[in-house]
Amino acid sequence: MTTKTPSKLEKILSEGHLAVTSECGPPRGSNSEHIIKKGELIKDHVDAINIADNQTSMTRLCSLAACIRLKLMGLEPVLQMVTRDRNRIALQSDILGAASFEINNILCLSGDHQSFGDCAQGQNVHDIDSIQLIQAVRHMRDEGKFLGGDDLDGKPQMFVGAAANPFADPFEIRVPRLAKKIAAGVEFIQTQCVYNLDKFEEWMKGVRDRGLHEKVYILAGLTPMKSVGMAKYMQKRVPGMDVPDEIIERLKGVEKGKQADEGIKICIESIQRLKECEGVAGFHIMAIEWEEKVPEIVEAAGLYPRPTVN
Amino acid sequence: MIVADRKPIEEIIGYLKDHKNILVLGCNECVTVCEAGGKKEVGVLASALRMHAKKEGNEVKIDEVTLERQCDREYLDEIRDSIDQYDAVVSLACGVGVQFTAEQYHSTPVYPGVNTCFMGATEKRGLWTERCQGCGQCILATTGSICPVARCAKRLFNGPCGGSTDGKCEINAEVDCAWQLIIDRLKALDRLDEYEKLCPLKDWSTDRAGGPRKVVREDVQQ
Repeated sequence: MTTKTPSKLEKILSEGHLAVTSECGPPRGSNSEHIIKKGELIKDHVDAINIADNQTSMTRLCSLAACIRLKLMGLEPVLQMVTRDRNRIALQSDILGAASFEINNILCLSGDHQSFGDCAQGQNVHDIDSIQLIQAVRHMRDEGKFLGGDDLDGKPQMFVGAAANPFADPFEIRVPRLAKKIAAGVEFIQTQCVYNLDKFEEWMKGVRDRGLHEKVYILAGLTPMKSVGMAKYMQKRVPGMDVPDEIIERLKGVEKGKQADEGIKICIESIQRLKECEGVAGFHIMAIEWEEKVPEIVEAAGLYPRPTVN
Repeated sequence: MIVADRKPIEEIIGYLKDHKNILVLGCNECVTVCEAGGKKEVGVLASALRMHAKKEGNEVKIDEVTLERQCDREYLDEIRDSIDQYDAVVSLACGVGVQFTAEQYHSTPVYPGVNTCFMGATEKRGLWTERCQGCGQCILATTGSICPVARCAKRLFNGPCGGSTDGKCEINAEVDCAWQLIIDRLKALDRLDEYEKLCPLKDWSTDRAGGPRKVVREDVQQ
């Protein structure tokens, strides 16, 4: 595939390399040291870094500002943007603001419901949904126009991504839903954390059967488990998460002090298995508040050194 | 219908603390069906207010009237001759009724006696659920007659989101996932292929976003 934007992530994928992305949660305050530190920790081991947008609806420093921080460090940010908190005026405006700092990647999301966060009594917006946000960015980039029809002075050169959750219900529409995102113009996908590899591979088969893997780059999402407690929490409490009992049993099978190591091992093994899955174009490693482990995972999974592109 | 729920009695008592002649005004329409503001609930509230006044040693007169509707002037006119006896009205109608009553009787305070909740249906006695938010541009023809605006917590037009689990919404395991319902229904209608059609950006100008709305029908105006 040829590239359409200056995005480094797009270049790496278009050259056929397995891409590696990771994610940083912004701080709960104005102290930007965390972002800089997290960026420093992983910068040599990943191609791009997502900045979450008030994930789980907990109010945090904004994704756009944190992306600018990374950009000023010479890194490649992926701006996550949810439709929960902004109407189409604010979304377009933030896209232009990000593009003015040459932030060249965007991940279009609807966002967790605000009832999970610290402002459960707040209003949500949902003027447009995540698929319509994909359409909006593509419209601005490719047509050079606002949604309202006026010409843009400077088009946002953004590589457009979205999430996909192969594990949410109903399973039968999870491939059609990806097709819908592709029809809307999505160019890369980062999936929900994969623990149930069999189910993921079944979904990927459905993706390949329709040739969708040739129309979009799919990065498999991975989050290493720190403990049995975390695995149980994710299995029971996180909507749309599929953690098989075998994962919990395996973590239980080692002593408490070694569970984190076991979690890392599971993550590395998963990457190695999914490297063989046709249509997987890379990995999105979400080490939640455990960013220091990303280099180790990337190296052990044989994904280091990262390719250089011009 | 418009579904309402009872307000806590303490809240109503708080509104009425400086009033001595009170009319508890019910409505015989929606709020009667959802058992929040009909004749029966007017009686219950009036009795509770009388008991409270007695306990506090206050001399308070409380009357009960239930109108056919509070959203029509013709019915509100039925209390025109008696309204001056009262220094407050507690309306157990929906928010429309409270406001319309206040508009007719400009110098009498009218307090809400219920919380107006949504437009919904009776699942069974004691259980009412939301179906419509009155966005002004009905899209039910394309969603298997199930409304994602009213029934999806994120009002997704191209759902479901990644939080749909076993047919339930991510916000609460007791809430149906609207998009699961839509998909089940499209399947039952043998129209699942329509799922992949992209739903365009919605024009919210007919929703509350466009400001207070009105429907004008010159053909039926006199």
